[in-house]
Amino acid sequence: MCVYERELLVLIHNINFLFLSVPPTPHHDCEDEEESEKEKKVTAKTRRGNARGRARKDSEEEEETRTAGQRRQRNRRAQRKQAGNEDSDSDEESCKNKKNRANQISKQQEPNEDGEDDNKGGRKGRGKNETKQEKKPDEKGKKEKDNKKKKDKKKKGSSSSDSDSEEEPITEEELAKLKEEVEEKKKLIATLRNKPWQMKKKLDVLKEAQLFVEKFEGALGKGKGKKFYAYKVMMTKKWMKFQRDFENFKTACIPWEMKIKEIESHFGSSVASYFIFLRWMYGINMILFGLTFGLVMVPEVLMGKPYGTLPRKTVPRAEERTAMNFATLWDFSGLAQYSVLFYGYYNNQRTIGWLKFRMPLSYFLVGVGTIAYSYMVVIRTMARNANEEGGGDDTSFNFSWKMFTSWDYLIGNPETADNKFASITTSFKEAIVEEQENRKEENIHLTRFLRVLANFLALCTLAGSGYLIYFVVRRSQKFALEGLDNYGWWERNEVNMVMSLLGMFCPTLFDVISSLENYHPRIALRWQLGRIFALFLGNLYTFIIALMDEINLKLEEEKIVKYNMTIWEASLYNGTIPENATAPPIQVDPADVPRGPCWETMVGQEFVRLTISDTMTTYITIIIGDFLRAVFVRFFNYCWCWDLEYGFPSYSEFDISGNVLGLIFNQGMIWMGSFYAPGLPAINVFRLHTSMYLQCWAVMCCNVPHERVFKASRSNNFYMAMLLFILFLSTLPAVYTIVSIPPSFDCGPFSGKTRMFEVISETLENDFPSWFGKVFSYASNPGLILPFILLMVLSIYYLNATSKTYKEANLDLKKKLQSVRMP
Amino acid sequence: MGNKQTIFTDEQLDAYQDCTFFTRKEILRLHGRYQEMAPNIVPMDYTKDPDVKLPIQLIINMPELKENPFKERIVEAFSEDGDGNLSFNDFVDMFSVLSEMAPRELKAIYAFKIYDFNTDNFICKSDLEKTLNKLTREELTAEEITLVCEKVIEEADMDGDGKLAFADFENMISKAPDFLRYKNCLKNYQMFFFYMFCCSWKDDGLAKC
Repeated sequence: MCVYERELLVLIHNINFLFLSVPPTPHHDCEDEEESEKEKKVTAKTRRGNARGRARKDSEEEEETRTAGQRRQRNRRAQRKQAGNEDSDSDEESCKNKKNRANQISKQQEPNEDGEDDNKGGRKGRGKNETKQEKKPDEKGKKEKDNKKKKDKKKKGSSSSDSDSEEEPITEEELAKLKEEVEEKKKLIATLRNKPWQMKKKLDVLKEAQLFVEKFEGALGKGKGKKFYAYKVMMTKKWMKFQRDFENFKTACIPWEMKIKEIESHFGSSVASYFIFLRWMYGINMILFGLTFGLVMVPEVLMGKPYGTLPRKTVPRAEERTAMNFATLWDFSGLAQYSVLFYGYYNNQRTIGWLKFRMPLSYFLVGVGTIAYSYMVVIRTMARNANEEGGGDDTSFNFSWKMFTSWDYLIGNPETADNKFASITTSFKEAIVEEQENRKEENIHLTRFLRVLANFLALCTLAGSGYLIYFVVRRSQKFALEGLDNYGWWERNEVNMVMSLLGMFCPTLFDVISSLENYHPRIALRWQLGRIFALFLGNLYTFIIALMDEINLKLEEEKIVKYNMTIWEASLYNGTIPENATAPPIQVDPADVPRGPCWETMVGQEFVRLTISDTMTTYITIIIGDFLRAVFVRFFNYCWCWDLEYGFPSYSEFDISGNVLGLIFNQGMIWMGSFYAPGLPAINVFRLHTSMYLQCWAVMCCNVPHERVFKASRSNNFYMAMLLFILFLSTLPAVYTIVSIPPSFDCGPFSGKTRMFEVISETLENDFPSWFGKVFSYASNPGLILPFILLMVLSIYYLNATSKTYKEANLDLKKKLQSVRMP
Repeated sequence: MGNKQTIFTDEQLDAYQDCTFFTRKEILRLHGRYQEMAPNIVPMDYTKDPDVKLPIQLIINMPELKENPFKERIVEAFSEDGDGNLSFNDFVDMFSVLSEMAPRELKAIYAFKIYDFNTDNFICKSDLEKTLNKLTREELTAEEITLVCEKVIEEADMDGDGKLAFADFENMISKAPDFLRYKNCLKNYQMFFFYMFCCSWKDDGLAKC
């Protein structure tokens, strides 16, 4: 092939070039031996020539290589003379060169085949060689010492790989070069997949490089350390293999990949981004679940006191009758309330079991750790996404980008493709119209008016729903004061139901409103998300405020119960004490002991109930809104007076914004509630798992692709930002309750303490040496903490400022680059 | 075991893994997919590296490529002979380049090839027109097309020769906010491919390896 020949020429040039700069080796004189050694060297040459031959063309036979090698050598000599190089002692170098050749080739190949034309590559390569030559003497000096030592061994090593034992003396430079060469080849192997070559060529190059490495790697040990070197090489290989297997394993472990790809191909990346988000969420929840399950629930079940031994672990007498009814369990009271699922079940014993497991401490740390972990993950993901997005702020390529990047390569469904084609055409037309800068003027007032109107309507809806919730919450408080037993199901569940209904219908309303605005769907999605976010936020905070009221009520109730309790105890003792002062305490069945209202469990229950009802609403919406509608449209279309499929009801589209926000708010609920209901992450994992399957099924079977298919570009970080915000909002109440409300006196792991976090100082006192506690108390002194916070704020400010300057510098450089390229 | 042995040797699989961004399973799936397209031409046994090529018609009729406006160009850009006939090596190569892990630079090279319809190493006006027609299914008028093409060249052509060289193209596309995503899509697309259509077919074989 002519390309190869040209390459060869370039190569020969390079070798010529090389001659000038390589210093002659002192103790290796080739001049006389050259002819006699030729025959012997042939084998060595073949070895390398072979390796090289494979890079060129697989079909080259061994014999051919041999002769070709000789021919080339002759060629080279002739050329050298032609070029008029002043080297008279050329033979010596040529001798060396034979060994260098493979090295050169491997170096040569890279620049040559990087997609540029050969000449240029050659020049570049030559330049590289020059610099290399300059570097070489340093390396040589370094390696000289050990090279001398290992020379013999090396010979043995290399000759043993060949059948005929040839007497090839190997010099230091050669070794160094060989080593370099092997490294080079290894690098080549590692980066081979990045080369824009035909697969065949890649395979050939790979094979050649692997052979080369295999052959010469063994020869590269360091004197006595050869065995070690071989061992190291082997271990590296093993390690690589392990890594590869692990990688294979990891990809096999990613769940639902196929489902998501399928959806992606049908609905484009925007719908798929929801499912990917859902999967990510599932992963996070798995870890949260693992934490609470492994460190809180399981130890309590295995090592804590069993059910029925303590009042807090027993269903009270009054409830015993209904404790196992389904309705009660569904409401998460009765038996479920007095189980590991909720805060109240845990005992305040400092250590449990033979492991001396610090239960309260573990409970507290898991609660804090859950939140800390969530923060870490969300922020890390955001940072990574932000990195990936880097620098796309240049809008000067509007048309080019539209032209080259607008196709969503995920689409594999004809209908979606049709929509995509239509949307691309529209976007081009829009751009053209914008370019011509006409016609836009007449519409702009109308559009503006409509947008203002839409925002006004959306605000009205938000205000209305806010008032509705406020009203309902007040009403329910009234009901609660009067006692719930007098009221039916609706009154009891009014708040939840109203919230769910609002969550169901308001997004649809917003959707209708946003159709007034006539935004690009990507921007429309943002608006939609923002509005629903406000709605949900209102709902959530009303809920929390109602909950706080309830907590205060319970706290007051607790005081009364505490007082009654002392009376009750006194009465108990009064009956029996006269007999014997040292008599064992009276045995009372734990179910009969009066107990406080345990507000923590109540909070946990509320969150669990909310999660469940939320899940139920989502599922019912899917079944009615998507499935039944699709069935109706599909089958009544045969006997209807207008076209149902394209007319009024039609099939539903997948509601991305609503679903994403539902997911985010659900997660917020989990973060808030999981401290008081350790079982909540488990329930959530179950919910996410089922909803993955249900929604995948629903979207594939009853939804149609969006009319304007758009790419979900970068909205992922938008989701993340919302998630972070919600995380922050949901940690606020949780932290507030932990820090400033006293725990119940007779339930939960912190009972008997004035504040929950006292468990930390207790542990410090009892489990650590006294100096540690002292250090800690000094460290937690406000005098130290305040400056520390100040320092942190300052450092954040500093980093922020530097990053800003970097950004500016970056922009500046970009501009410079642009201006350099322009002429 | 038997299944694994008969398709590729371990060395072949390792070599493919070195040359592509795929895992072993994916390569086997790709082979399954390739074989499935023409079961009577493509042998199951690839240990001896048979010289088999599938014509472009078969490849572009794969359900996933079918909707792609540039399907012919994609296939042609990766075929060894330039006519769109893909050997298995080319086939693997194609999806490797399109994969998520492939670096931007590599993707830009091939994207350029795809958009370079007349293979003259420049994206000239006629290429742009073809691209545009394919993207919009020829729904734009002639003036509109000319306008858009002119705008594109005006935006992206740095050296002012009226056509886009690779450097221009790379410069332009590397700044696109959606470029990464767009390339990701390619990957997902191809992943989808294995999973959708190869799973049932190959799973018992794959389970063993």
